[in-house]
Amino acid sequence: MEHIVIIGNGIAGVTAARHIRKNSDKKITIISAETDYFFSRTALMYVYMGHMKFEHTQPYENWFWKKNRIELVKGYVDQVNHTSKKLVLSNKSEVAYDKLIIAVGSKPNKFGWPGQGLEGVQGLYHKQDLENLEKNAPNNKVCKRAVIVGGGLIGIELAEMLVTRNIPVTFLVRETSFWNGVLPKGESQMINEHILEHHIDLRLDTNLVEIIADENGRAKAVTTDKGDTIECNVVGLTAGVSPNVAFLKDSGIELGRGVKVNRYLETNIPDIYAIGDCAEQHEAIGNRRPVEAVWYTGRMMGETVAHTICGNKRQYDPGHWFNSAKFLDIEYQTYGWVFSERNMKETEQHFHWRHPNEKLCITMAYCHKTQKFLGINTFGIRMRHEIFDRWLTEERDIHYVMEHLKDANFDPEFYAQYEEEIVASYNSELGTSILPKKKSWKRIFERI
Amino acid sequence: MSTYDNNMALTGEPPKALNTGQKLATLVGMIGLGILTLNLFNLEFPNSGLWLTISLAAIFVGVVWFSKAAYGHKSKGIKNDGVWFKSMSSRGVLAWMAGIALTGFYIVLYFYPQYLGLVKDGENTGVIALFDPLSKMLSGNPASQWFVYGTLYTVAILAFGIKFMWKYRHNSYEKIRTVSVMFFQTAFAFIIPEIMARLNGDLPYYDLKNMWPLNYYNFERYRVNGFIDAGDVGMAMLLFGIASIFIISPILTYKFGKRWYCSWVCGCGGLAETAGDAFRQLSDKSKSAWQIERWVVHSVVVFVTLMTTAVVYSYLGNDTSKYWLTKSTFLLGVGTILTLVFAWVMIYKRQELQKDAKYGAIGYFVVIITLIGLHFFSGEGNIFIFKSETLRTTYSFLIGSIFSGVIGTGFYPIFGNRVWCRFGCPMAAILGFQQRLFSKFRITTNGGQCISCGNCSTYCEMGIDVRAYAQKGENIVRSSCVGCGICSAVCPRGVLKLENGPLEGRINPTEVLLGNDPDLMALVNNK
Repeated sequence: MEHIVIIGNGIAGVTAARHIRKNSDKKITIISAETDYFFSRTALMYVYMGHMKFEHTQPYENWFWKKNRIELVKGYVDQVNHTSKKLVLSNKSEVAYDKLIIAVGSKPNKFGWPGQGLEGVQGLYHKQDLENLEKNAPNNKVCKRAVIVGGGLIGIELAEMLVTRNIPVTFLVRETSFWNGVLPKGESQMINEHILEHHIDLRLDTNLVEIIADENGRAKAVTTDKGDTIECNVVGLTAGVSPNVAFLKDSGIELGRGVKVNRYLETNIPDIYAIGDCAEQHEAIGNRRPVEAVWYTGRMMGETVAHTICGNKRQYDPGHWFNSAKFLDIEYQTYGWVFSERNMKETEQHFHWRHPNEKLCITMAYCHKTQKFLGINTFGIRMRHEIFDRWLTEERDIHYVMEHLKDANFDPEFYAQYEEEIVASYNSELGTSILPKKKSWKRIFERI
Repeated sequence: MSTYDNNMALTGEPPKALNTGQKLATLVGMIGLGILTLNLFNLEFPNSGLWLTISLAAIFVGVVWFSKAAYGHKSKGIKNDGVWFKSMSSRGVLAWMAGIALTGFYIVLYFYPQYLGLVKDGENTGVIALFDPLSKMLSGNPASQWFVYGTLYTVAILAFGIKFMWKYRHNSYEKIRTVSVMFFQTAFAFIIPEIMARLNGDLPYYDLKNMWPLNYYNFERYRVNGFIDAGDVGMAMLLFGIASIFIISPILTYKFGKRWYCSWVCGCGGLAETAGDAFRQLSDKSKSAWQIERWVVHSVVVFVTLMTTAVVYSYLGNDTSKYWLTKSTFLLGVGTILTLVFAWVMIYKRQELQKDAKYGAIGYFVVIITLIGLHFFSGEGNIFIFKSETLRTTYSFLIGSIFSGVIGTGFYPIFGNRVWCRFGCPMAAILGFQQRLFSKFRITTNGGQCISCGNCSTYCEMGIDVRAYAQKGENIVRSSCVGCGICSAVCPRGVLKLENGPLEGRINPTEVLLGNDPDLMALVNNK
């Protein structure tokens, strides 16, 4: 029986294992040094905040693995020997494979800041990071202030976490406005305001210079390029992540930033595949980045590689881009492509609507020549994934999207609806006279 | 995992402490409860009307003030910070103390009301005497233990209902739903029956929203006689009771799912959603708990059906000239209805039921038919193989008192707030059966947006592993779902939506999650 070995028990590796089991009878082994069982990395924050216990972040009960004949090995892979098709673990034991899937994920970026190795300086990615945070910042007596470096999705999550324990947070963001490399300025501005509402000391356009140690080798303060020294007990480094592939350096597997793969997720070595955060496409697919460190893409790559391994060779063919996040109390969803001013293409035009008092806004991107709808960012209003996916496939124009916007609303029942206002605002800005149509179940369930 | 939990304990004080406002509010509420307790020990107060008012007002104000202190200064949004760090909401010492106190209260209430001060044929004493003025004002009669219970129950739903609305003030669904349970409890369960008793002394106490089989006693001889003796109003109520089961509830459940009852109208649900909200995360989500749930709750349905059939049968006559409904026509009627339902499910819905549900249905159907058959071989006074009175008292003790009260509510802080609704309520099981097979209601999963975080499953009071469906892109169509809407509220990525839509597309098996464009032809060719 063919033995499939997967390194990494995150969403990519586990999805691959599940789909291989669904489609075949192969022997499956998952090796991980992080935890005994798969858990949802995106949910670690809720454990620290007391919304859930760690066990709640595990999507499958512990009997699941045995029942589905997925063997779990706790261990750290030191070497991959592709000539003998063997893995060597750090305890010197060996695991033989017929096919190998590398799904080792990421590690937090550290850009060589002085003091980045001190006690009390940490990222937020692994379960061990959560345990460290519980030690470093259990309450506001042990941690009188925390400084977070890096204004992205993990940074704002870490800030939210610390605030729930009444720990004062200073948030250093390199950009002039929060996440404005990704978000258009109206949205970025709204999130700036929301961060301040939560009493987080947001410092835009500010870089970390140095982390200063106390006499015990613990972080006690940071200095910034604005000349400020900020006393703190914890420094959170959340300036993005990069593939966790150092252990493959001399393996003969081609590496770039991550493990280089083709569209079939194959590496340069036969029978070795890479998926998830650690995989790097030779050429970016569409507007995507070559390395996609996103939950959803990890899951999609897992599905894809499972089909290939089960004899139904399939390209990694992600559909329309989508993503989601939550900024403190504000939910964010995106479908298609809406670029920030910094990365916008010449033909891209934006329509932005923001509620006068509530923290709600949307931005739609469209081509100003053809009027083709390109994508939507939505904050505080939930939208139907399937509807936007279909409109993008059908290459609808912005006019059509506005007219049928009510079909896409996914907010809970009885919520205030804003389509009329959004369309009215679009009409007055663009001089059109679109009348939004009533929501239609018939259209929602249409098949393409 | 265990090392992590140890760390949590070792790092010292829980990060969640009460603020000053919450402490003061707790004090006020405790004074209210204290007055009741003093009365319990027969330390009688001279002006009971005044003291009762002070006591209930203090409890109410205490809870509302506590809520304001807890949520008032925070921005709108999900308020679950520290739920698993607080003793009360994570099965800590406080939770066990509250559980034991509540359980004790229910045991006294159901089985030893004399300790609450109930005196038959004389002046009440103790706590019950304290409630006499209010009861006399409403119905003209002195209070009973049930009046005391009903009043406290209503105060709890109102006060904690306000707390719940404060907590979910960003969520219109939750706010409107809570106003609804507060209204139905106050008007239908509390005030209207008392006033009806004042207007027409012959009418049995009837909470109109409480339908069979939740009120398993509705068709007992004394009640049916009471309805008939009370004239047109009584007959109308009796007919309404029958129509609720066979006409009103199927229509509403078809249109809205069983939530129209379980989380919008029902009193048990009302208490669970308001006073019990702090305990929703304690429900057991394991697959084995689900298996136990299905067997236990459906057994209760069989039990209540047999019991009611037996009770009605026992007082019907044999002579068609006296009354059209005789013992044998009644039994035949019950048998026919069950057979029709069974045949319909087996013919049209077989493929939707999982294997064990199918076996369960077959098993129970055979049992009922066999028992009805036994009738023809059993003598007068007996029905089936039991005495009807034995069935009735057993049901009333085991299900009506122990399950719904002592375990169902007393154990809120240990097993969660919907133990009764999930494992015991025959009404919920029947509505759930309809919801699963014949309803427009579903929880829609939003394409591929689930991140498997587990908030939905954790906060599902019915112990549904919501995430198991959501992460596969499947809609949630489960008989036990009461439609409280909290999974949708706590989802950080906007993945879940409760909605009533067309039957087609309600259950959506998905081969590949949305977002991954499969080569569909290749998939088809390889199948």
